[in-house]
Amino acid sequence: MTSENTPVSELGLPELTTWLRRCTELVDENAPYLTDLDAAIGDADHGANMQRGFDAVAGILDAEYEDVQALMKKVGMTLVSSVGGASGPLYGTFFLRFATSAKGADALDLHALFAALQAGVHGIEERGKSMIGQKTMLDAWVPALDAYQRAGETLQGAVLAGAAGAQEGRDASGPMEATKGRASYLGERSVGHIDPGAASTALLWEALADVVRPGGPTPDGEAGADGETRADGETRADGEAAS
Amino acid sequence: MTGIVVVSHSRPLAEAAIDLAQQMVRDGGPRIEIAAGVQDPETDQLGLGTDAAAISAAIEKADDGQGVVVLMDLGSAILSARTALEFTEPDIVERTRLSWAPLVEGLVGAVVTAASGADPAEVAAQAEVASEAKHQQLAD
Ligand SMILES: Nc1ncnc2c1ncn2[C@@H]1O[C@H](COP(=O)(O)OP(=O)(O)OP(=O)(O)O)[C@@H](O)[C@H]1O
Ligand SMILES: [Mg+2]
Repeated sequence: MTSENTPVSELGLPELTTWLRRCTELVDENAPYLTDLDAAIGDADHGANMQRGFDAVAGILDAEYEDVQALMKKVGMTLVSSVGGASGPLYGTFFLRFATSAKGADALDLHALFAALQAGVHGIEERGKSMIGQKTMLDAWVPALDAYQRAGETLQGAVLAGAAGAQEGRDASGPMEATKGRASYLGERSVGHIDPGAASTALLWEALADVVRPGGPTPDGEAGADGETRADGETRADGEAAS
Repeated sequence: MTGIVVVSHSRPLAEAAIDLAQQMVRDGGPRIEIAAGVQDPETDQLGLGTDAAAISAAIEKADDGQGVVVLMDLGSAILSARTALEFTEPDIVERTRLSWAPLVEGLVGAVVTAASGADPAEVAAQAEVASEAKHQQLAD
């Protein structure tokens, strides 16, 4: 999609479509991991929920879309009616707000992408009546956005920083006590387990990073920076061992 | 008559709750629509889950012009019901109430009240009173 030497400076329909396809791949590969996380502090369905949702998203990507807004709106509507769990209305709302923010745009540059991501995250906060620190997906989203904004000079630099921020946020959810969602029924017993939604959010960011990384996602579906994905597995294991 | 929508993760749970509530009105009860479960494309079976688009459709179907009260179970049922209002016809949203009452108690209260011709605000209020009644019965 992009040559080795020209970094992606904006995301149009082709790049966004590649992002969503990459999300589907990463969700598929990591579904058992997401379900394990949810088995520890929830109802053991997050992997299956996300897989159902993103398989449905993959199914709408071959259609023609007029602009970014149309595509992202369709993604949001698809997620709210296919995921089944709390992550459905939350990720669905994210993409619906992202779509509204991208209204009229053919492609999103550094600033427009930030605005769209931020609108999406505000949508999650509003829908979930939740905020950072409550052991939810927001614990990955919010640090990711902050890191993106701090890095912000090039789209590539900002997205890579955002993806790293999402991973840190995911890991930081481990020691937190859940006060929202199913895990809140466990109270203190939720401490020591990474939040499943924070982990899936980190995957969506990893997928976005793969789109802007020099070379982009390789055709066999493996991430450009393979080592990073594996190192990630380590962190996951640590987070769980802490419980 | 105020329509009722039951949102649940489980279709059998919704159906059973409705059976229980309808004993109180037999015929002449309100229109009750179910939005429960999520379709698994692989098995084609209805699994546990909620679907905002299905809830929106159920609200529009349950409305006869007088409005709708939505009763729901927990977690994503609440998030999906709130999301559903985003793509429901604005006029209908105006006359729709999401009730915080627990599903079983609330549904009995709502069905009986709706059958009397009450508006959505009153039906929602009585659904909530019905759950308070349980608290009273156990207090000594
Ligand atoms: N109010 C909320 N705000 C933000 N994120 C939330 C909220 N509630 C749940 N989540 C996120 O959703 C994730 C769980 O998603 P999942 O798909 O497993 O839904 P679920 O909790 O099983 O849904 P259900 O309510 O139907 O049981 C959590 O790990 C958390 O990150
Ligand atoms: Mg779950």
